[in-house]
Amino acid sequence: MSDSSRTLADLQPGERAVVATFPAEPGTQRLREMGLVAGTRVRLLRFAPMGDPLELEVRGYRLSLRRAEAALIPVQEAAKP
Amino acid sequence: MSALETESATLTVALVGNPNCGKTTLFNAFTGLHQKIANYPGVTVEKKLGTFMTQHGTEATLIDLPGAYSLQPQSPDEQVTRDVLLGHEEGTARPDRVLCVVDASNLERNLYLATQVLELGLPSVVALNMMDVARANGDDIDLAALSAALGAPVVPCEALTRTGLPELRVALSGKLEPARMTPPPEGEDGIAARYERIGEIVDRCVRKSSTPILSAQERSDRIDAVLIHPLWGWAFFLGLMALLFVSMFSFASFPMDGIKWVFEQAGAKVGPLLPAGDLRSLIVEGIIAGVGSVVVFLPQILILFLFIGLLEDSGYMARAAFLMDRLMGRVGLHGKSFVPLLSCYACAVPGIMATRTIENPNDRLVTILIAPFMSCSARLPVYALMIATLFAGEASALQQGGILLAMYTLGTLTAFAFAWLFKRTLLKAPRSPLILELPPYRRPSLATVVHGLRGRAAAFLKRAGTVIVALSVVLWALAYYPRGGAEMKKEEQLAQSFAGRMGKAIEPALEPIGMNWKMGIGLIGAQAAREVFVSTLAVVYAVGGEDEGGKAEPKSVAQALRQDRWPDGRVVYTPLVCLTVMIFFVLSMQCISTLATMRRETNTWRWPIFAFCYMTGFAYLASLVFYQGGRALGW
Ligand SMILES: Nc1nc2c(ncn2[C@@H]2O[C@H](COP(=O)(O)OP(=O)(O)OP(=O)(O)O)[C@@H](O)[C@H]2O)c(=O)[nH]1
Ligand SMILES: [Mg+2]
Repeated sequence: MSDSSRTLADLQPGERAVVATFPAEPGTQRLREMGLVAGTRVRLLRFAPMGDPLELEVRGYRLSLRRAEAALIPVQEAAKP
Repeated sequence: MSALETESATLTVALVGNPNCGKTTLFNAFTGLHQKIANYPGVTVEKKLGTFMTQHGTEATLIDLPGAYSLQPQSPDEQVTRDVLLGHEEGTARPDRVLCVVDASNLERNLYLATQVLELGLPSVVALNMMDVARANGDDIDLAALSAALGAPVVPCEALTRTGLPELRVALSGKLEPARMTPPPEGEDGIAARYERIGEIVDRCVRKSSTPILSAQERSDRIDAVLIHPLWGWAFFLGLMALLFVSMFSFASFPMDGIKWVFEQAGAKVGPLLPAGDLRSLIVEGIIAGVGSVVVFLPQILILFLFIGLLEDSGYMARAAFLMDRLMGRVGLHGKSFVPLLSCYACAVPGIMATRTIENPNDRLVTILIAPFMSCSARLPVYALMIATLFAGEASALQQGGILLAMYTLGTLTAFAFAWLFKRTLLKAPRSPLILELPPYRRPSLATVVHGLRGRAAAFLKRAGTVIVALSVVLWALAYYPRGGAEMKKEEQLAQSFAGRMGKAIEPALEPIGMNWKMGIGLIGAQAAREVFVSTLAVVYAVGGEDEGGKAEPKSVAQALRQDRWPDGRVVYTPLVCLTVMIFFVLSMQCISTLATMRRETNTWRWPIFAFCYMTGFAYLASLVFYQGGRALGW
């Protein structure tokens, strides 16, 4: 099941994934500076009680984004360890 | 021979690093100052200067800077850091050296800014902070390899316990080469290239423990599973609020009685020492009564600050922003606006400054405009006095706390309502993205919380000893002069004093909201600062109160208020009036410092004037509707 159109916003709580290549647009500058670049392993931890924003594990720290921003970032299935 | 001896001016060192990596903790440890520390990103929003002694006994300047994620700034506070570092900041020379602080427990993300900074080629030392956390996480960092990779000395430290401070001082004091770090190869995507290189460095320098360890982050995740749970999260939040408001009345009452007793004794002891007349009245009825009436609230204010301090240093603040983002979105605001708004419960001045972390200028302005609705600690004395008057002292902490909670809720909801209005009319802006780091929970540091409290208490007492004393004296004079005939009753004397005349002049406007001319005097005083309302009433009722044969039984202000009557004999401070006064104070803008801060942060008088007008106008309107509505319902 390698649907190439999935984004961070589509992950289920607890699910791991790898950020796929995406174009460097100005709107995503800060997201990339925070470490979300192609090849970065991420894990979705949870959604806030009202469904938005969400909490991610990235590079060993916890980052919160809204679904709208998370949907800008395409992901691939994480390689099985 | 040290490098210092050849330098003419004093050495300037800038502290640079990601938000929340411990820069201010290090700054305080070096300089002995007590700048604010807390466990959420974006605490420091302006540059702060301090001095420390180098190894050679010469004085050097240390600059604490706001945290930044990158040298491409996104918000006003990050802009400051970049400007200072590049020497673009007006009035600040470019720092000679950089103390680049890196959170060892969050190395990859921290190295993004650190490598950018090191590439500037300034003489730099890397402080590898939070080593305790990294160790507990099972990370073993090869310092020599890291230092070689970064082209600058790396010193491990724990700012909170001052571990590694001597080594850092030595590293900063000696001869220091410019950092040797070359930018990553120019590619299409500089950010990815930088992270790729960081990945290589971390792979080379960090060895993860092979035995599974519960890391600080994982421990936080378990706490979060409860604190941001859809049900338990809200239950915890509401429980916490309830505990706060109830404890403000139960735990505080004992020390408050003590303070009250001290001031009553002071009045009773000092009074007879002075000849009856102007001087005695000034000292006893002006200064002691005025200052005492405000200082009495110190315990309640400290309990409030203790709660805020614990929340801030535990890491809960960022979670509050996370929880509230969706709700704030309904009124067009950003979850990040919630943190400055929360600190406005202490005082709007730092709260308004904290809006510098908000990226979008219109969002920031809206947050500044609604910030004064959040009930600050200066309103607390007013609420507490009105609640005491309302209940005649026979209510439970739960009832009193309930009314207080209602006032805080009213202020908060009004703030959101106006945010909604402003975002739809004056200050439209597209919703800006939320990118918020959630730091791991930490046990609040006792020293941090205690220093925070001490600073608050000192500021409060200083204000009482200066501003409140001065205003009490002025108001006493206005309430005491001109003297009428000796046969005049005290009440009549007060009515024909300067203050009395001013109060009477605005009484027609106040009667529709249930207030008389004496409260009018209080409102005039409160324009300088809200708690002056209480000291003014204390002075007015002490000057105008009936003497019982010279040695008046010391009466509390609340008792004096309860005995006040309209000329036709009706009680002035009915429960409805007490509530109306509180509502007026929740909603109106009465603080010169807040207005001055708004002016400074927006660079124009337009917004403070606007805030004053709309808030005071709305406060009057709301009080009018509430009071007249209450009357119509027969309350
Ligand atoms: N465990 C541990 N905690 C630390 C250490 N140094 C600082 N802290 C904590 O880290 C948190 C952040 O510290 P600050 O000094 O406010 O961080 P800052 O870098 O000034 O943050 P901003 O002003 O937001 O940029 C506080 O809760 C400190 O108590 C350390 O060495 N070990
Ligand atoms: Mg700081």
